[in-house]
Amino acid sequence: MHTKTLAQLSKGLRAREFSSVELVRGFLDRIDAHQPVLNAMITVLREPALAAAQAADRELAAGRGGPLAGLPIVHKDLFCTEGVLTTCGSHMLDNFVSPYDATVVAKLKSAGAITLAKSNMDEFAMGSSNETSYFGPVRNPWNTDLVPGGSSGGSAAAVAARLIPAATATDTGGSIRQPAALCGVTGVKPTYGRVSRYGMIAFASSLDQGGVIAATAEDAALILREMSGFDANDSTSVDMPVPDYLAGLDAPLAGLKIGLLKEFFDKGLDAESEKRIREALAIYERLGATLREVSLPNLPLSVPAYYVVAPAECSSNLARFDGVRFGHRAKDPRDLMDLYKRSRGEGFGAEVKRRIMTGTYVLSAGYYDAYYLKAQKVRQLISADFKRAFSEVDVLMGPTTPTPAFAIGAKTSDPITMYLNDIYTIGANLAGLPAMSIPCGFAQGLPVGLQIVGPHFSEGKLLNAAHVFQRETDWHTKVPEEFK
Amino acid sequence: MYDFGLPFAFVVSPNPMLLTREQIENIAHLARLALQPAELPVYQQSLSAIFDFVGELDRADTANVAPMAHPLPGLSQRLRPDVATETDRREIYQRNAPQVAAGLYLVPKVLE
Repeated sequence: MHTKTLAQLSKGLRAREFSSVELVRGFLDRIDAHQPVLNAMITVLREPALAAAQAADRELAAGRGGPLAGLPIVHKDLFCTEGVLTTCGSHMLDNFVSPYDATVVAKLKSAGAITLAKSNMDEFAMGSSNETSYFGPVRNPWNTDLVPGGSSGGSAAAVAARLIPAATATDTGGSIRQPAALCGVTGVKPTYGRVSRYGMIAFASSLDQGGVIAATAEDAALILREMSGFDANDSTSVDMPVPDYLAGLDAPLAGLKIGLLKEFFDKGLDAESEKRIREALAIYERLGATLREVSLPNLPLSVPAYYVVAPAECSSNLARFDGVRFGHRAKDPRDLMDLYKRSRGEGFGAEVKRRIMTGTYVLSAGYYDAYYLKAQKVRQLISADFKRAFSEVDVLMGPTTPTPAFAIGAKTSDPITMYLNDIYTIGANLAGLPAMSIPCGFAQGLPVGLQIVGPHFSEGKLLNAAHVFQRETDWHTKVPEEFK
Repeated sequence: MYDFGLPFAFVVSPNPMLLTREQIENIAHLARLALQPAELPVYQQSLSAIFDFVGELDRADTANVAPMAHPLPGLSQRLRPDVATETDRREIYQRNAPQVAAGLYLVPKVLE
């Protein structure tokens, strides 16, 4: 049952071939069985999930139930879940029981989905390998000596090992697409403002966007349709109708103009990964799409621009953790300043502190113009590059990451090497564009991700391009041997 | 312009120490972070490397470019009427507080 897609499972539930209780119990058992090795979850919600499944079975038996009725999902542990521990992968929040549901959580719940667990992640979503989690690293199901990517590493590893058919995730600089690529699954980062950020613990508010990781583009479309939409509680939520992403999945790709980003095929891209990407592009050509090279000359500056803007916003957002209202509090504070400093110093991990300090510095008097304002101007240049490219082509394609998954511990000593893992993904965040990663083969025995980027609000087109590719290939059906 | 092959070379090149230990202490103070003595040289090294790296931005000509204020073109922050919409959920919110008394958050004495 665990290798079936959400779409197939939904049909089986409706036809009463199996019950939601059987389905949920089956996935809970898989989660528990593989937790000691993969460490993909932080909290497992067995009893509440089984109770919800019973209720779903009653609805389904009566011919009722929402579009996701009785289907199991997990939430990345930065989505607030009412009455449930919500840690954000941090010691700072390891005792935080959320008093409310994030909009994404509430929407998926009302569509009938059942939450089985909260997935592991890099602390406060700051990391590209899941090694910064206070709860220990997640391991890559394709080779457990390797990282799953990050920050949504728990969600990606869980879907790759078929511990769950789909999981929510978030993407600030690549945190959905990069782990999806390294784990061989499908990940969608929607347009900024498409999915509500209310109840998503903030890292960098102008870049953060919630999305989904699933085995197929069809399943991603199913979840995205339910989690998207306007929310008055998020002041950057966009008030635009959500199209039926499922309806357009099979549209023919004849005439689709694909731009190949010259900058993405430069030095630094692993040769075998490049081969897989070129083979995928050849399939698109066969399907009637045309390829042409485009250049985004300012794109190489996306990583340095990001590492000014994101830490600046992080230092401001994380100021709320003061040891007073929630979160970790240091013992026996001498005075208020000591309370603040030690609670934060003890509660945050090394990478989070590094980013808070980076952000504090670039926003401090005398440095604001040189760093922060300059980065926001470069961000404008990068956005303009994308806009120009989309006047010539419908979508951009290229690799999601420079290399396949790397070893746990290989890049932890040098933050810049780690940051450069997101060299192909950060541009879409800076420009607020939708982007996704789909599996397109293997290099050195490890999954390779093809990245597709589109203009604002083109999620439907991206999912269509991904789905048609998945009809022609079977990379998205591959499951690591131990998890079959 | 910045070379995509270089980032990996950049890492092995010796990083100039752009920041002093005192500057790190000052940044940590501004950020309200108590650092252990052993953490100082680590952050001195890595923050210096980061600021060297983001110094790449100087290469871009931004003379007539407006800073980007919102990721979606033409949109700005939406405003809502200034009326109270939240219900009183203080008790529920304070369940996560480390120390409360009579509905108030407790902190060390700030006035003598």
